[in-house]
Amino acid sequence: MSRTSARKSITAVAGISALSLFLAACGGDSPTTTTNAGTSTSSATSSTSAPATSGGATSEGGSTEATETGSGGGGDVGAESDWCNTVKGLYPDTDGKTVNLYTVITAPEDTPYIETFKSFTECTGATVNYEGSKEFEAQIGVRVSSGNPPDVAVFPQPGLMRQVQESSGAMLELKPEVAENAKKYFPEDWTNYGTINDQFLGIPNNADFKSLVWYSPKTFEAKGYTVPTNWQELQDLQAKIVAAGEKPWCIGIESGEATGWQLTDWLEEYVLRTAGPDVYDQWISHEVTFQDPQIADALAQMGQVVKNPEMVNAGFGDVSSIASTQFNAPSAKILDGTCTLTRQAANFGSNYDASVKVGEDGDVNAFYFPPISEDFGQTVLGGGTFTAAFADRDEVNALMYYLTTPEYANTRAKAGNYISANRGLDPVNVPVVVQQEALETLQDPEATFRFDASDLMPAAVGADAEWKQFTAWITGQDDATTLANIDNAWPAE
Amino acid sequence: MDWFMSPTSAGEKLLVMVVAILIFVAIVGIILWAIDRPKIPNWVVVVGFLGPVTIALAGGLLYPAVGTVIRSFQKIQNVIGPDGKRILVNGKVTTEKVFGFDNYSRIFTEDGFQRVLLNTVAWVILVPLLATSFGLIYAVLVDRTRFEKAAKALVFLPMAISMVGASIIWKFVYDYRQAGTTQTGLANQLLVWLGLEPVQFLQADPWNTLFLIIVMVWIQAGFAMTVLSAAIKAVPDDIIEAAQLDGATGLKLFMRVTVPSIRPSVVVVLTTIAMGSLKAFDVVRTMTGGNFNTSVVANEFYTQTFRQGDAGQGIGAALAVILFIIIIPVIMYNVRQMRLSEEMR
Repeated sequence: MSRTSARKSITAVAGISALSLFLAACGGDSPTTTTNAGTSTSSATSSTSAPATSGGATSEGGSTEATETGSGGGGDVGAESDWCNTVKGLYPDTDGKTVNLYTVITAPEDTPYIETFKSFTECTGATVNYEGSKEFEAQIGVRVSSGNPPDVAVFPQPGLMRQVQESSGAMLELKPEVAENAKKYFPEDWTNYGTINDQFLGIPNNADFKSLVWYSPKTFEAKGYTVPTNWQELQDLQAKIVAAGEKPWCIGIESGEATGWQLTDWLEEYVLRTAGPDVYDQWISHEVTFQDPQIADALAQMGQVVKNPEMVNAGFGDVSSIASTQFNAPSAKILDGTCTLTRQAANFGSNYDASVKVGEDGDVNAFYFPPISEDFGQTVLGGGTFTAAFADRDEVNALMYYLTTPEYANTRAKAGNYISANRGLDPVNVPVVVQQEALETLQDPEATFRFDASDLMPAAVGADAEWKQFTAWITGQDDATTLANIDNAWPAE
Repeated sequence: MDWFMSPTSAGEKLLVMVVAILIFVAIVGIILWAIDRPKIPNWVVVVGFLGPVTIALAGGLLYPAVGTVIRSFQKIQNVIGPDGKRILVNGKVTTEKVFGFDNYSRIFTEDGFQRVLLNTVAWVILVPLLATSFGLIYAVLVDRTRFEKAAKALVFLPMAISMVGASIIWKFVYDYRQAGTTQTGLANQLLVWLGLEPVQFLQADPWNTLFLIIVMVWIQAGFAMTVLSAAIKAVPDDIIEAAQLDGATGLKLFMRVTVPSIRPSVVVVLTTIAMGSLKAFDVVRTMTGGNFNTSVVANEFYTQTFRQGDAGQGIGAALAVILFIIIIPVIMYNVRQMRLSEEMR
């Protein structure tokens, strides 16, 4: 290459690159487009699909007005807390900042959350960057250990929160004022679930109410069944359905990475009902192992239903079809009457669109899964997610404070498919009747509430081994092997 | 300098653009000037070509590989304090690393892991054999026929589908609905048309692993067919004619003349697919998640490493090392055959 040709090529290259850079600079907007904070948002959603609310309730996005609490909810705490001024006083430097929130809740269930955060943005000027991932359980550990944690993470299981914290120590204790507010609005047992090794880390987010059996009132009416109110009546109903040549229950445990979790809930129900809450608590801390006769007995009793070809799997096939059925697939079979009973949580109603009426005189409804004996009273199984922070910045702390407030709980509840243990949550704001009743039971001091055991156990057991072993169990593995394998997966002290 | 990284006004943007152009021109100018200079010492050229590759390999392969080997021997244990309890610092449990062969002994003795290793062996043997034999037979059958191009395109199409996409398609193919209702899965619908009962394909241990292997074969057969077809076409006509004069026809001609002539290509295809099937993670994870005894090493080390906390780190690393050791002879053989087939041309 000679001198002149080199010069020519340089000018050519420079000319072309100049042109392309010029086009790039003028063609695109600057990449930092933030949503317009400060202006009041209307209830128009940007999402193309409607949020999965049932009962046809429309969300009033952006409005933070809460109705006066009745005698049912709120109790002595009330539903208004003037949080906005408090936050502005405590954490002034929030305007224009961003909080990265990482969660397991993905589209379309994320819409009501994103809607609810708009009122936070209105007050503080900080935006919430919502990132949902179905891979959360595996990815959160990776992100924390590689030094790239989110600002705030919504943990689906306290056990996972424990695993991440004990291996990294990256989670920050709640600010005193946030912790104080959380203790004001949440019952003590719920703040305890968010406390790991005496560090209060996680704010309770939503509450799951799991001890429900969903059915179709229309099917019951057509076939002359009545809603069972105790264990014996449930047994009689099962016998009646079997005598009519049908299978009473339908169950699905297929859930991608998490296949099997439905059966952990079944076992927890049975342990609560046969061995009682005290044994249940010892079981969580592994003082009572999975191979303990009390747990083995609960599994055997549960097997008489879920592994019994006469009892399952209505509308789907034999026992093995439980493993290949999507966990929410029974919703359609309840509606069309091919399946009579399915044990599901209160938020199961979100599988139905607005045309399906939920309630006693509707298309679907739920009754309380009755206790087996009188010894332990009304036992209720539940679960929930917890929000923990990895960063100590004003906008992060402001969001954490907001998550403890009754305004958050009520706004979020109005957006659909949400109940919370927050004492300021008014049942009036819960659009679906089944969830409303669940909330009232949750706030009832008489009920014995127990948190999902597998979610409290170490993640290696509760979010992996137990799921996999129960999947093997339903497709033929025997009780003893299953329980032994789960015990073997328990991390050494 | 904030405005420089994210310019807002038109003036700032133009300024950034000008600076970017100047930097670009400077870099290109240096390169062209360097090339233009007479007599560059030899070592500069060598370093220029090999340096980036060496750095990339060291950082992207060697360093993590060494780290994995070290981790595969280590077990993370909680330090027990004087009171017999764990020691907590700011919520973090104090741990220590203990070195030993524990991870390996667990993998080779526990039933679950043994099954994983067996499944992996099945994958590595069956996928290359099935895909290569199908590809070879197909290539010979459609060779020099009128519809050769279209027939080849049909088999080659699945190559364009990602592993996860193919897995989802096949998950629908194997889908099960109870007898007497409308089947959604093609495979079970065929069984019903034949008057048989529908089958839970993905749960029928041990056959389910075979049904997963079929997915991989479906994807890889196109690759095998393309390479082998090209090799068959490269066999000189005079050799074929000479063999025909000697009385070789049909199957004899194929087995005695064609296959030996394309042997290096067959080996390259076999080993390449074998390497691919050792990495068969996406098919297993998408279709069964490793349930029903279908897990393979690649899927298991993901599960152990990312789902089992500290206890799984060492096991995951040990599984990766085992995979690494299994694959080394395959790669060496592959490279040797590559060289042989190049020499033949």
